[in-house]
Amino acid sequence: MTDTAPAIELKGISKSFGPVQANKDISIRVMPGTIHGIIGENGAGKSTLMSILYGFYSADAGEIWVKGEKTVIPDSQAAIRAGIGMVFQHFKLVQNFTVLENVILGAEDGGLLKPSLSKARGVLKQLAEEYELSVDPDTQVQHLSVGHQQRVEILKALYRQADILILDEPTGVLTPAEADHLFRILDNLRAEGKTIILITHKLREIMEITDTVSVMRRGEMTATVKTAETSPEELAELMVGRKVLLRVDKAPAKPKEALLEIENLRHLDGQGVEKLRNISLEVRAGEIVGLAGVAGNGQSELLNVLGGYADATGTVRVNGREIPLSGRGCDGMARRAAGIGHVPEDRQREGLIMPYSAWENTVFGYHHGPETGSGLLMDNAAIRKEAAAKMERFDVRPPDPSLAAKNFSGGNQQKIVLAREIERNPDVLLIGQPTRGVDIGAIEFIHEQIVRLRDMGKAILLVSVELDEIFALSDRIAVMFDGRIMGVRDAGETDQRELGLLMAGITEDPGGDAYEAVDAAMDQKDHREAARHG
Amino acid sequence: MDYNTLLQVLDSTVRLATPLLLACLAGLFSERSGVIDIGLEGKMLIAAFFSAAIAAMTGSVWLGLGAGIVSAVLLSLVHGLASITFRGNQLISGVAINFLAAGLTVLIAQDWFGQGGRTPSLIGGGRWGNITLPFADTLSGVPVIGPLYAQLISGHSLLVYVGFLMVPLTWWVLFRTRFGLRLRAVGESPEAVDTAGVSVVGLRYAAVAICGLLCGIAGSYLATGLQAGFVKDMTAGRGYIALAALIFAKWRPWHALGACLLFGLLQAVALRYQNIDLGGITIPVQVMDALPYILTVVILAGFVGKAIPPRAGGEPYVKER
Repeated sequence: MTDTAPAIELKGISKSFGPVQANKDISIRVMPGTIHGIIGENGAGKSTLMSILYGFYSADAGEIWVKGEKTVIPDSQAAIRAGIGMVFQHFKLVQNFTVLENVILGAEDGGLLKPSLSKARGVLKQLAEEYELSVDPDTQVQHLSVGHQQRVEILKALYRQADILILDEPTGVLTPAEADHLFRILDNLRAEGKTIILITHKLREIMEITDTVSVMRRGEMTATVKTAETSPEELAELMVGRKVLLRVDKAPAKPKEALLEIENLRHLDGQGVEKLRNISLEVRAGEIVGLAGVAGNGQSELLNVLGGYADATGTVRVNGREIPLSGRGCDGMARRAAGIGHVPEDRQREGLIMPYSAWENTVFGYHHGPETGSGLLMDNAAIRKEAAAKMERFDVRPPDPSLAAKNFSGGNQQKIVLAREIERNPDVLLIGQPTRGVDIGAIEFIHEQIVRLRDMGKAILLVSVELDEIFALSDRIAVMFDGRIMGVRDAGETDQRELGLLMAGITEDPGGDAYEAVDAAMDQKDHREAARHG
Repeated sequence: MDYNTLLQVLDSTVRLATPLLLACLAGLFSERSGVIDIGLEGKMLIAAFFSAAIAAMTGSVWLGLGAGIVSAVLLSLVHGLASITFRGNQLISGVAINFLAAGLTVLIAQDWFGQGGRTPSLIGGGRWGNITLPFADTLSGVPVIGPLYAQLISGHSLLVYVGFLMVPLTWWVLFRTRFGLRLRAVGESPEAVDTAGVSVVGLRYAAVAICGLLCGIAGSYLATGLQAGFVKDMTAGRGYIALAALIFAKWRPWHALGACLLFGLLQAVALRYQNIDLGGITIPVQVMDALPYILTVVILAGFVGKAIPPRAGGEPYVKER
């Protein structure tokens, strides 16, 4: 052990942004040929640390050693030269370039493209066979599924001869089958002697694939342990500094009458593509229905239609009363009046006005109501007071109503939105991605609030890309694929495998290696998409 | 309209399309790199002035061309400084450059020549001569093809040929070279370029400099080829028309050629048919003169299908986590 130099060794890395210390005296050793997990809550400083390693930031203090040599990494070029490749959470791909063009960008041989392209074609073919990394080299990236785009990112790094690969939250956008495929790829890479650093906040992934795991909390490295010698509970405790519940505690649902009834709902997007195909679904009082599916299969469109932001045809009844799906009376305000509360998927763009203060944000959408004042004027003092009380009840930190929304962390922003929508006592609550980008402590709180609302007899429609979250919260689970509902299952009577297949559009279990079938189905979807875009 | 008239109109189309084409390709380089440039007009104008002024003083059209190019490149670097280095608003920087050029040219012209903001008329070596291509005279007797070759293809100034050759050259650079790949990438997704270890700033400056170079040639052609000297505001909105052509062409070189020829044709028609008599109603000359500009508005209003600009256009690149 002592004669092998670590692939990466960081010694005493510190980095501050203004008054915020993102990394405090971090030291870590990553041994070659291993998968090293780095786990921590959002804002714990994982991404900052990796950005320093990839030359995006320079550290205020500390040293980087690569393969036993002290290395200075002032820019990405230096990182690439040192053999470090990075797969970012948000892919850095040129959407209208082909896979090949993306791969050679910045790593061309000579001034003309032709030799580089034909060389890359050969290399990609070889890599595809070696690591199960097949992607059609001539497809434009924008027509690839997210899983395939991620493969392109990995291929980019391998093409640059990286032997140390950093993956930042790689599974956030993948289906279970795609994630499984990714882990197989990582396994193969490890077998070939590559070193992999996996950044994630998902405990399951850490337990499943890593050899060693380091835990970060508030900019500090709190522990580094062998994965085999730890447990999810211990890691969670190390992450947040206290014990957390990984399961949502809830009593069995006692559903009553249907509050939200959807029949034959169809919706076309701006290009005339049918995004919702004949959706029928009901959500009853006192139950949570989870909408599972790979992002982009119509879940967002369904929320938009129900929230009043997109036109559709079909029938939707709330509390037995039909609501208009286009024209007059089809807007967010009318929907709120009809008893639909809406926590949008993208809270920063749709749920909040980021530069506005928290108290202003607690009334948007309801600012015409009687409690905000009478006539033309708004009673700002009353709204502020009410906002402060709401923030107290929803444990928003810091509890300062005059702070701008953008200055709160992701979890606290989400609590502000929830406070606004829940406190108006809607009959039906639409919730999109309730805990995306939210840390574990806040996730617990938000989940409790959702369950509390259910137990008050509300109908809740939940959209989430986190299958674990869907499982934890939902009483029934509807799976969407390509604008259709592939099936509705009771949460207690299904499993990841069945839902994974449904998410890929497969209703019959093919038996054998299900993941192969899912991959094939995803490939077909890619081709359909490509054909649709011409 | 007989064949000869048609040839004359087309001949004048080619001449009028040349400055548009050069400016359009200039804008193409800049905008493909993600830097929006509405300062094409100003750069052409300043190049027109300095090329005419230097040509008038030295009697050399080549020195004039050099001066025009240098002045336009300097202005484009000002735009680069404002929008790339200091991450300012690219539209405002462009507008400022247009105003700067409009004022500066007239001011310096008055100071140097004292002729009310214009340069003296250029004569002899101060203007581009027309090049007669080989066999033009011999072939002119051949029916149909002869006059076509002699009048339409032969007999233009060097810069016209340069302008038209820039089209395949631009295409080749953009789609067949490493520089072109990176240039297109930086206009679509600068973060991809950055993480690939290539300098976003360097690429954008290169693109802006090429833009200045081409605007310089365009301006020089206006003052020392198309016309014989500089007059106030002589670009007459050509920079904006070139921008409209660029959108019409969807940022593609060959389409840019087509778009610029269309605008050139409209200008040529307006020049030749000043008052069209439609049995009782005479279409006034102003309407004809306005045609290219009306088309510009129509095109910019988006009546010609969806044009998808480079995705990162207009946005200064800021590194993010």
